[in-house]
Amino acid sequence: MPELSPADGLIASSWLLIALPLAGAAVLLLGGRRTDRWGHLLGVATVVSAFVLGLLCTVQLDGRAVDVDLFTFVSVGSLDVRAGLLFDPLSAVFVLLITGVGALIHVYSVGYMAHDPHRRRFFAYLNLFVAAMLLLVLGDNYVALYVGWEGVGLASYLLIAFWYERPAAATAAKKAFVMNRVGDVGLALAIFVLFAQLGTVSYAGVFGSVGLLTGGTVTAIGLLLLLGACGKSGQFPLQAWLPDAMEGPTPVSALIHAATMVTAGVYLIARSAPIYDLTPAARAAVLAVGAITLTIGAVAGCAQDDVKKVLAYSTVSQIGYMFLAVGLGPIGYVAGLAHLLTHGFFKAGLFLGAGSVMHAMDDSVDMRRFGGLASRMKTTFVTFGLGYLALIGFPFLSGFYTKDAIIEAAFDRGDGWGSLLGWVAVLAAGLTAFYMTRLMLMTFAGRPRWEPGVHPHESPPVMTVPMVLLAVGSVLAGFLLVVAFPLEEWLAPVFGAPTEAEHVVAPLTVSLLVTAAMVLGVLAAWVFVGRREVPVTAPVRVSPVTRAARRALYADTVNESLFMRPGQWLTRALVFIDNRGVDGAVNGLAATLGGSSSRLGRAQTGFVRSYALSMLGGAVVVAGVLLAVTVG
Amino acid sequence: MSLTNYLVLAAILFTIGAVGVLVRRNAIVVFMCIELMLNSVNLTLVTFARASGTVDGQIMAFFVMVVAAAEVVVGLAIIMSIYRTRRSASVDDASLLKY
Repeated sequence: MPELSPADGLIASSWLLIALPLAGAAVLLLGGRRTDRWGHLLGVATVVSAFVLGLLCTVQLDGRAVDVDLFTFVSVGSLDVRAGLLFDPLSAVFVLLITGVGALIHVYSVGYMAHDPHRRRFFAYLNLFVAAMLLLVLGDNYVALYVGWEGVGLASYLLIAFWYERPAAATAAKKAFVMNRVGDVGLALAIFVLFAQLGTVSYAGVFGSVGLLTGGTVTAIGLLLLLGACGKSGQFPLQAWLPDAMEGPTPVSALIHAATMVTAGVYLIARSAPIYDLTPAARAAVLAVGAITLTIGAVAGCAQDDVKKVLAYSTVSQIGYMFLAVGLGPIGYVAGLAHLLTHGFFKAGLFLGAGSVMHAMDDSVDMRRFGGLASRMKTTFVTFGLGYLALIGFPFLSGFYTKDAIIEAAFDRGDGWGSLLGWVAVLAAGLTAFYMTRLMLMTFAGRPRWEPGVHPHESPPVMTVPMVLLAVGSVLAGFLLVVAFPLEEWLAPVFGAPTEAEHVVAPLTVSLLVTAAMVLGVLAAWVFVGRREVPVTAPVRVSPVTRAARRALYADTVNESLFMRPGQWLTRALVFIDNRGVDGAVNGLAATLGGSSSRLGRAQTGFVRSYALSMLGGAVVVAGVLLAVTVG
Repeated sequence: MSLTNYLVLAAILFTIGAVGVLVRRNAIVVFMCIELMLNSVNLTLVTFARASGTVDGQIMAFFVMVVAAAEVVVGLAIIMSIYRTRRSASVDDASLLKY
């Protein structure tokens, strides 16, 4: 980690980056209906101004790591957490991604949510999300990161359940929240261990002294951080919530569940690079998670009929690539982050395109009911097509540069595991080409299979302009980040100066290999989907592989039978024990006392003479006892 | 006269009073029996005071008399008002204050 320099110039006010969207969310949430008329404009304005400020700060940064100390957040005993921001090249690229893509998606939402009566609430949550996400990437310690981490989780929950009157959306939101919580426990435990062992949670403090810990402790921290990253990024074994999260409005899927929040796990692992540098075991776990997830996502994506689910599994798979890259260590960090940035562009563009299609098709998501939309929605078709080409790695578009870099880095590991990972990634690249081509063919090509009464039309400019800008980004981002203004040099202060790796397999060979896989995938999609008529209902008699892929390799089944059902049994058993055991004992005691006291109460007859008799009896007994004690 | 005679007399008076309280229904009679018990106690106190040659017991007896006088005032007033409302002085009729 480079030396921290004190805040100066505009960077000293980089807290405004977080404060602006947060203030927007506060005004929109507290202002109520009064802000209905102009709420969306305020929402857009805060994020756009945050983007401009982020851009100016980045220009002033000049390769330094600037620490902006704000105030004491927690000071208890030996725990002293400062609320501070760390503005360095790594957080700068995230700030630009979040505010840039975020601003475009805010603009798009103005049109997409135009007819929703709760548009103001939607913009309030989006602003809340942007603020939390910026805190996540700008915090200079793990506690600040955790606050942002939980904030984006909350915003994600609120936005998935935005149409909470739909049972599917409410359930999906709950599922996302619970599965994220599993990961968050890992992150919280990692922070606890860091504090218990090192007495500090700031990045500077932790990275300065993490070398003093034993190997086992560092591995434990690495694995716990990985658990947190898996939960937030929808990685194996916590990937099942992400496809369900598509129940939320499409701009949410684009911003939170494709471009920014789900990449927080990659940020966490890249930020914690000094920890992972010390623990090959945890790093191998990251690699395994990445490789497994990218395969699962690609396979499941091939059999979905819901256009947003295909894109969601694609996201799962692409983030798997990023995990694979950051799991490779120093040779992969930059490749992973470059893929994260280009993915942010083209996946956000693809989701916005899907939203535009849904807008035209009366909110239908069933690709079997699409078809032939290319001529009706030219702008959507072209922008979506460019995003598609970028994603499958069409030569010289952004996915081509960044995905190749990851696969190259995998082969460059040099051992058998490296080539295995490389081949898995190449195979998944073929599958990516297959499922995306299938999506394109089913949506835009062929004969229309529309539901009766659907009249597709192009979306208004407020929606198409962000799509065009993102499509331009999808085309150019890879070239810009890899060739023109190498991300490698920009991030050198964080991850060390770029070194020319010894290539085990020549880069050209890798490129040819990936391109060949892509061409095979496209051809396969043409053979299986494009040549034939697409049935409007999914075929029932299919191979076991297809059946497994449709159900995402039984991830939900496994979760339900391993965790959900036993959990329900446990709850039921506990409720039974509570009702019959604990409540029974307490109620029984109360009933016994009540019954015996009412029986005793019968002695109160109201006859004065019986009271007198009992007094006399009592006096006689007392006298007798006194006599026995004093005389006897 | 020996001490025993006074004490036996006091015991007899007390017993008559106690039995009267327990067996009689008429509130006035019950009241008089209570007075009898109080005065038997007074007799005991005075006896022991005389035997020991001190005045403590006699002072105590005066206190009992004062308390008894006050009690008569309050008690008779209560009996009067019960009789006025219920047309009866039987203690068994006034048995509403119960479980």
